[in-house]
Amino acid sequence: MTEQPHAPATPATALPLNVIVATDCGSTTTKAILIEKVGDEYRQTYRGEAPTTVEAPFEDVTRGVLNAIAEIEELSGRTILEGDRIITPNQAAQGVPKRGVDIYVSTSSAGGGLQMMVTGVVQNMTGESAQRAALGAGAIVIDVLASNDGRLPYEKIERIRTMRPDMILMSGGTDGGAVTHVMEMAEYIGAADPRPRFGSTYRLPLVYAGNTDARPQIKTILGEKTALDFADNIRPVLERENLAPARNKIHDLFLEHVMQQAPGYKKLIEMAGAPIMPTPAAVGVIMETIAKREHINLIGVDIGGATTDVFSVFNGLFNRTVSANLGMSYSISNVLAEAGLDNIMRWVPFTIDEQTLRNRIKNKMVRPTTIPQSLDELQIEHAIAREALRLALIHHKSLATGLKGIQQERTISDVFEQRTSGKTLIDLLTLDLIVGSGGILSHAPRRIQSMLMMVDAYEPLGVTTLSVDSIFMMPHLGVLSTVNEQAATDVFVRDCMVYLGTCIAPIGQGKDGERCADYEIALPDGRMEKGMLAFGELKLFALTREQQATVTMQPVKQVDLGSGPGQSFTKTVQGGVVGLMLDGRGRPLQLPGEQTARVAMLNRWYQAVGLYPAGS
Amino acid sequence: MAHSYTPGLTVTERTTVRRRRILPLPGTVLVEVGAPVHADTAVARAELPGKVVPLNLANQLGIAPDEINDYLVKKEKDSVQKDDVLAENKPFIKWFKTEIRSPITGKVESVSTITGQILLREPPRILELLGYIDGSIVEVHPEQGVTVETSCSLVQGIFGIGGETSGELVMGVTAPDQPLTPEQLTPAMKGKIVIGGAFLSAATMTRAKELGIVGLVVGGIHDKDLRALLGYDLGVAITGSEQVGFTLILTEGFGTIPMAPKTFALLSSRAGRKASISGATQIRAGVIRPEIIIPQAALAGDAKAPRIEREGIQLGDPVRIIRDPLFGKIGAVSGLPSELRAIPTESEVRVLEVRFPDGTTTVVPRANIEVIEGA
Repeated sequence: MTEQPHAPATPATALPLNVIVATDCGSTTTKAILIEKVGDEYRQTYRGEAPTTVEAPFEDVTRGVLNAIAEIEELSGRTILEGDRIITPNQAAQGVPKRGVDIYVSTSSAGGGLQMMVTGVVQNMTGESAQRAALGAGAIVIDVLASNDGRLPYEKIERIRTMRPDMILMSGGTDGGAVTHVMEMAEYIGAADPRPRFGSTYRLPLVYAGNTDARPQIKTILGEKTALDFADNIRPVLERENLAPARNKIHDLFLEHVMQQAPGYKKLIEMAGAPIMPTPAAVGVIMETIAKREHINLIGVDIGGATTDVFSVFNGLFNRTVSANLGMSYSISNVLAEAGLDNIMRWVPFTIDEQTLRNRIKNKMVRPTTIPQSLDELQIEHAIAREALRLALIHHKSLATGLKGIQQERTISDVFEQRTSGKTLIDLLTLDLIVGSGGILSHAPRRIQSMLMMVDAYEPLGVTTLSVDSIFMMPHLGVLSTVNEQAATDVFVRDCMVYLGTCIAPIGQGKDGERCADYEIALPDGRMEKGMLAFGELKLFALTREQQATVTMQPVKQVDLGSGPGQSFTKTVQGGVVGLMLDGRGRPLQLPGEQTARVAMLNRWYQAVGLYPAGS
Repeated sequence: MAHSYTPGLTVTERTTVRRRRILPLPGTVLVEVGAPVHADTAVARAELPGKVVPLNLANQLGIAPDEINDYLVKKEKDSVQKDDVLAENKPFIKWFKTEIRSPITGKVESVSTITGQILLREPPRILELLGYIDGSIVEVHPEQGVTVETSCSLVQGIFGIGGETSGELVMGVTAPDQPLTPEQLTPAMKGKIVIGGAFLSAATMTRAKELGIVGLVVGGIHDKDLRALLGYDLGVAITGSEQVGFTLILTEGFGTIPMAPKTFALLSSRAGRKASISGATQIRAGVIRPEIIIPQAALAGDAKAPRIEREGIQLGDPVRIIRDPLFGKIGAVSGLPSELRAIPTESEVRVLEVRFPDGTTTVVPRANIEVIEGA
C-alpha cells in the first residue's frame, strides 16, 4: 500500500531557489509562508494569513492568496506583488535585494476539497482498495458503492444520481477474472448519469481502475457519459494492491478538470510554479518522509475546520483517512452529533448547562472564523478537539488494515491463534511518534495543551514521542518538497517540527491513588528522580529536546509497559518543549461518571501539568 | 492581519439583486429577456429522468447472460406497462413456463448480454422552476435557466432551514428584544411571513405550523428546539431542503438574541409588503446565507450602484460581536490597535475596540466581530 507520491510535472531541483513563497488555501483561511536561504540553509522567516475567498462575495481564491502574501510584504518589507502578479524571480542579482521571490507554490483544500465517490465489487476488498487509493490522493470519499453493500440496485442508482462528486473511481475484479459485476456497476452509473459538483456543462471525470479485460465494455457504456480515463487495476491479483497509478491519475484529473471549475483556480494554477497539490496529499508526503528518514512508526493528524485527516506509517505502510465531517469550525456541530454531549462534557473542567453549550457550538458552526476569547470557551474547544481526534482515529483504524479476503498460510503453530485477515495496522504499543497539525494543535496558547489533547484522544501505550507543526506549515513543505527537497527538509527540521516531549503510559487499571509503578529517572544533570506513580496521576518533568533521560519503571503485577505485566522496563527518552510525562491514569483511560468527581479529577490533572493559567 | 475580518451580513434598504435560476439538468426556458415575472411564475421546465429499475433476467430465467435476447418479449427502447411480459422461456411443457413481468410502467432503457440485466425506466417527472422573486428576466441561459433581477430591500440571515417561499410580511412583535410567543400568532397570518424579535420557542413553531404560516424570521432559537423540529442533530450547516412546514430564518444566531435594531426597523417598515425568502444556508464551499428579499419599484440609479469593495475595517464601522461572552452586542469600531494583544486565553491576537451605544467600550479579537454591511 505504499507508494511514492506523484512526481511533480516539472522537477525543479535544479532551480536556484533563494526566496520561496508558499500558500495553503484552507477551507477557512489561506496561510502564506516566506522561506529564505540564510547562509547554506533555508529558514521560514515570515507568515501571513487571510480569510479564504472561494466563497461569495469574492469567489476567487487568488484574492485570499494575495491578501495573505500582502501581509508577508507588510511584515518582511519585501515587495512580492505587483498588482495581482507575483514578482518572479527574486531580483537580488539585479541589486534589488528585497524584491520578488524565486517561486510560488501552493496547496489547496478550499471549496470542500476533492470529493470523490468510489465503487468496487466486494465492499471490503476492491471497495476498500479504491477507498484507500482515493484517500491517498487527498480526496474526501463521499460514498463507497459495491455490489454487496446491502443496497438494492435502484437505491444505488438513486444514490449515484443525487450525489454530485468531483470525480468517480471505479474498481473491481482481478485482471483476467470475471467482468460481470464490474459491468453491472458501470450500468448503474450509466443509468444514473451523474453530474459534477461544479458546473453543469462539463462531463464528470471517471477513472476506471478495475479488471483490464472490461475496458472495452466500460468504454461503450461510460465513454459518452463521462470523461473516462483508465488506470492500471488497483487489485490486479487478490493478494496485491497497486494504488499508485490510480492515485496519479486522480491527481492529474484533479488539476485538469476539477480545479479548473473552482472559483479563481485557473488563475491560481497560472500563478504557481509547480502543480497545486490537494492539502492532504502534501501533508501525506511529509509524514511518509519523516517515517522513512527516522525508521519509525508514526501517526499524524491534521485537524482542520471542516475535516480531520489522519495519516499513519506502520512498518513502512502508509495510510491516510479523512473524516470529512469532523472539524473545529464548519464541522464542529457534527463532532457534537457524533460524539454525543456526554463524551464532550467529560473533558470540560467546569459545569455548564446543556442548552448553553449546544448554542455556543452552533454559533461557532455558523460563524466558523471566530476564536475563543475567554478561557472557558478555549476549554470547551479543547474538549471538542479531543473527541474529534478520537473519532477520527477510530475511523482510521478501521480502514488502515491489511488486505481482506486473502488466503493466509497457516502452520501448526497457528492452530491456537486464528488471526483473521484485514486486521488494523495501527498498534499503539509500537507507535513511536504522534505528529499533530492544524489550528487547534498548532496555535494552542500553551504547548502542553496540544500534548494533552493528543494523549487524551489517542491514549498512547508505553513510550510515545509527541510533536506538533509549529505554525501549520506541513502542507507548504509537502508541495515544496516536490520542487526542492533540501529547502523543505531544512525548514521542516529547524522551523516546523516542535517536539513536545515523551509520554510514558502504563497499560492497566487500578483504584485512584493506588500504586501503578515505581520510577527512577536519571536526568542529564546527574540528578535522579525517584518516586511512585499512582493510578489517576499525571506527572511532568522538565526535559528539553536536546536532553536525554534514562527511565526505569517497575510496574505492579497487573500493569504492563510493553514487556509484559509486572515486568520492569528501562528506556532512554528525549524531551521537548513540554518535557517527560508519566501518565498513570490507566489504559483504557476512565473518568468518573459523576460530574463533581469528574470535574475535580480533571482539575487535578490539569493543574499537575500546568495546562491552563492558574486560578482558572 | 489587516485583512482578517469577517465579511458581514447585508441589511440594506435599497439594492438590486440578481438570482440565477438554473435547472438541475438541461430543459426548456419558458420566458424571454425583459419579461416581468412573479415569485410563482414558472420560468423553466425540465424532465427529470424517471427512476431506474434493474432486473436480472438471466438469473430469473436460469439462462446465460448472452442468451437473453432470445427470450425477450420487449426490446430496448420499447414502452412497457406494469405487468407486461418482458421475457419468457418456451418450454415443451406449458407448466414450466416462466414469464418475467414488468414491475413498472415506463420503457426498456437497456439490455445487457454481459450481466444479463435489463434496465427499465419510469416516465420522466416534470420539474417546473419558479421565478422565486418578483422582478424581470435580464438573462436567459439557453436550456439551463434564467437570471431574474429586482430592485429591493435585502436582509441576509445567519442561518435558516426550509426552502424558497413568498408571502406578505407581518410583524409578530413590536420590539426587537421581544420573544415571539404562540399567543402572538393568529389565523390571519396564514400564508404570511411573520417577523419575531429575540427568540422563538418550540411551542411558537408548533403553533406557526398549525396556522399555516409560511415563514418565520427571528433573532435566535435554542439548538435543542431546532433538533426537536428537525428530528435530528444538525451536524453541518448545509440546509434548504428541510420540510418542516415553514421556512425559518435566524438573523443573529443560537440563543435568545435581540434582532439587530437596523434589521428590525427595516423589516418593520416593509410590513404589509410581499417578500421572497429562502432558508438555504451553506457555510462551507461557496457560502450561501438565508435571505429576505422585499421587491419594490426601482429608482433611477439603483442598478448602477457599485458594489463597495471593503479594504478592511475602518474606525466608526458598525459591527456585531459574534462570539461569547458579548455575543450579539452591536456597536461601532472605536480603536484599531495594530500590535498583537494577549487575550484571557493567553493567545496573542489582533484586536479592536468597540464602543457600544451606552458609551462603554470593550476590546475583542478582530476575528470575533462582523461588519454590518449595507450601512
